[in-house]
Amino acid sequence: MSLALAFLAQTLRIAVPYLFAAAGGVLAERAGIISLTLEGFMLGGAFSAMLGSYWSGSPWIGALCGIAGGVALALLHAVSTIRFKADQVVSGIAINLLAVGLTRYFLKLVFDSSSNSLRVAGFSAGTSTGSLIGGLLHNPLIPFGLLIIPVVAWLLYRTPFGLRVRAVGEHPEAATTVGVSVKRVRYVAVALSGALAALGGAYLALDQHQFTDGMSAGRGFIALAAIIFGRWDPVRAGIACLFFAAAETLQIQLQGMQAIPSQFVQMIPYVLTIVALVGLVGRAMPPAALGRE
Amino acid sequence: MSDLDATAMREENPSTVSETMVIVRSRDVRNRVIEAVLPPLVALLVSIVVGDLLILAVGQSPGAVYRLMLEGTWGNAYGFGQVLYKTTTLICTGLAVSVGLRAGLFNIGAEGQLAAGGMAAALVGLALPVGTTAVIAVPLGVLGALAAGGAVGFVPGALRANWGAHEVITTIMLNFIVLAFLSWLVSAHLRVPETLHTPPIHAGALPRLSVLWNGFHGSAANGSILIELCAALILGWYLFRTRGGFELRAVGLQPDAAENAGINVGRTWIRALTLSGALAGLGGINFVLGYERYYEEGFATGAGFLGIAVALVGRSNPLGVVLAALFFATLSQGGLAINALVPKQMVDALQGVVILAMAASVPEVRRLLAQARGKR
Repeated sequence: MSLALAFLAQTLRIAVPYLFAAAGGVLAERAGIISLTLEGFMLGGAFSAMLGSYWSGSPWIGALCGIAGGVALALLHAVSTIRFKADQVVSGIAINLLAVGLTRYFLKLVFDSSSNSLRVAGFSAGTSTGSLIGGLLHNPLIPFGLLIIPVVAWLLYRTPFGLRVRAVGEHPEAATTVGVSVKRVRYVAVALSGALAALGGAYLALDQHQFTDGMSAGRGFIALAAIIFGRWDPVRAGIACLFFAAAETLQIQLQGMQAIPSQFVQMIPYVLTIVALVGLVGRAMPPAALGRE
Repeated sequence: MSDLDATAMREENPSTVSETMVIVRSRDVRNRVIEAVLPPLVALLVSIVVGDLLILAVGQSPGAVYRLMLEGTWGNAYGFGQVLYKTTTLICTGLAVSVGLRAGLFNIGAEGQLAAGGMAAALVGLALPVGTTAVIAVPLGVLGALAAGGAVGFVPGALRANWGAHEVITTIMLNFIVLAFLSWLVSAHLRVPETLHTPPIHAGALPRLSVLWNGFHGSAANGSILIELCAALILGWYLFRTRGGFELRAVGLQPDAAENAGINVGRTWIRALTLSGALAGLGGINFVLGYERYYEEGFATGAGFLGIAVALVGRSNPLGVVLAALFFATLSQGGLAINALVPKQMVDALQGVVILAMAASVPEVRRLLAQARGKR
């Protein structure tokens, strides 16, 4: 029983950054902006959260700085794709490379290291063997992460803003004719995706009490995979995040036994995404205006 | 001239039928040159400005830093050799991305294809008996690299053509799948204990350029750069001088029109991405046959994304790609040269800046040109 609880707790812990990033990514993608950028937003968020915590000594201020860093990158992406009509894929890749480069540069500048920062104040991680609830509440970003999916689902399906986001992502011309500013909605959606993905990155840095180079380690792409596998629905994307996290947990727990090589477990999200795109488990249909002006 | 050529020309220059054809065409040529050359210049300018800011942030003088960068790259034989080595890989991934773009497809999977090509070249080199003559071993290694990269590229092509699965997503996902598979192959079967690489190949090694000229001594530049330059030439010929290349470009410009003209769009997609993967795979010989003579995990890291930068700045033109590869290789090697004054990580950031500025200035320049044309 306690083994099952430990498994659940670890799964939730691993899932939190995916949930934040996927929740943000769903918003941007439903507004018609491709979310290749989640990886960069997470990395930027992790770095600025660490920096904020390092300078202020407070993980809360760190988390806020993380959000600010993510929003800054997101606005850069928004200006380039919305104002300058840059190709969303190209701009997204540039943002990711920029995040890698800038975090490396300032890591070297501030901490004179090419691998990691000093230890900073963070949300101390409870031990995974403790009580489930206690362990999870220890880090306030964990309950936030679990709540963010229902919040985004509510935002998307139950508020005027959500209606506009969906309209802009499916049929921008129609949205324009009824007086919705496509640009403004997209700016807000991309900024929100930057804030949320950055919180996922902040969680990583504040959980480990430091920033390490390349700390997002492909998690942004796993979140994108979850979005596609969840067919652009926040709840289904959230379930996909939990599923991917459970597979990862299983792999960690089985590491000693070498039942399945870890590399094959790592492939799971990516293989499933392709399977979903090919339509073997219900066709994944993207928002109609995704990637278009 | 086939009907197809005529259709495409009418589409590109709707006014060629009019009497003012000559005037319009010369103006068109000028605009196209501007459209091709101006965005890279803007990108260069923006990256210099950002670079200056990053340099000033550490209290150094930009002029001194750039001078050091030039001295460490083009100013001495070793540095230039390293630039050539890095150029070699980037030519391949740049050409790979370019072929995709010409067909209207985005190959983000060049990194996985490059790694697969390197692994195949290493496997060929390991399978051949010791002492196999290079005349046989090198072509076999090259073919292995082409085939493995092509196979990885074929998959997203087929997924797009048959199921409409978007290649941006499938190539990203395949990157992770291929790299994880190769990592398993190395760790479970091939590695030298305590390392992340395979044993050295038995045959098929390419000579270093230092054999030709001692000045390159110590640098990784090797004979594969000649093979990659040939690949660029052949690709240019294929794209602009053959029917297959014409079809590929027609599909990239107007898939619907190409379909109407009788081109099989799906098959062209598959051909383009297979060719793209093969070119990326070919890049694997630079490290495996030319430099270390074994496959090592992570040798391809970052080369795929940089290939996108190279293709964009090189405007998907083989000659442009070679020049852009030289530029990005200089930047990357230059980072090492300036490390004493400015963290070398600065160039990582600048690569992102160049791509972002390219992405934003291409449509902007096009829009301004169209506006200017409208006013006239």
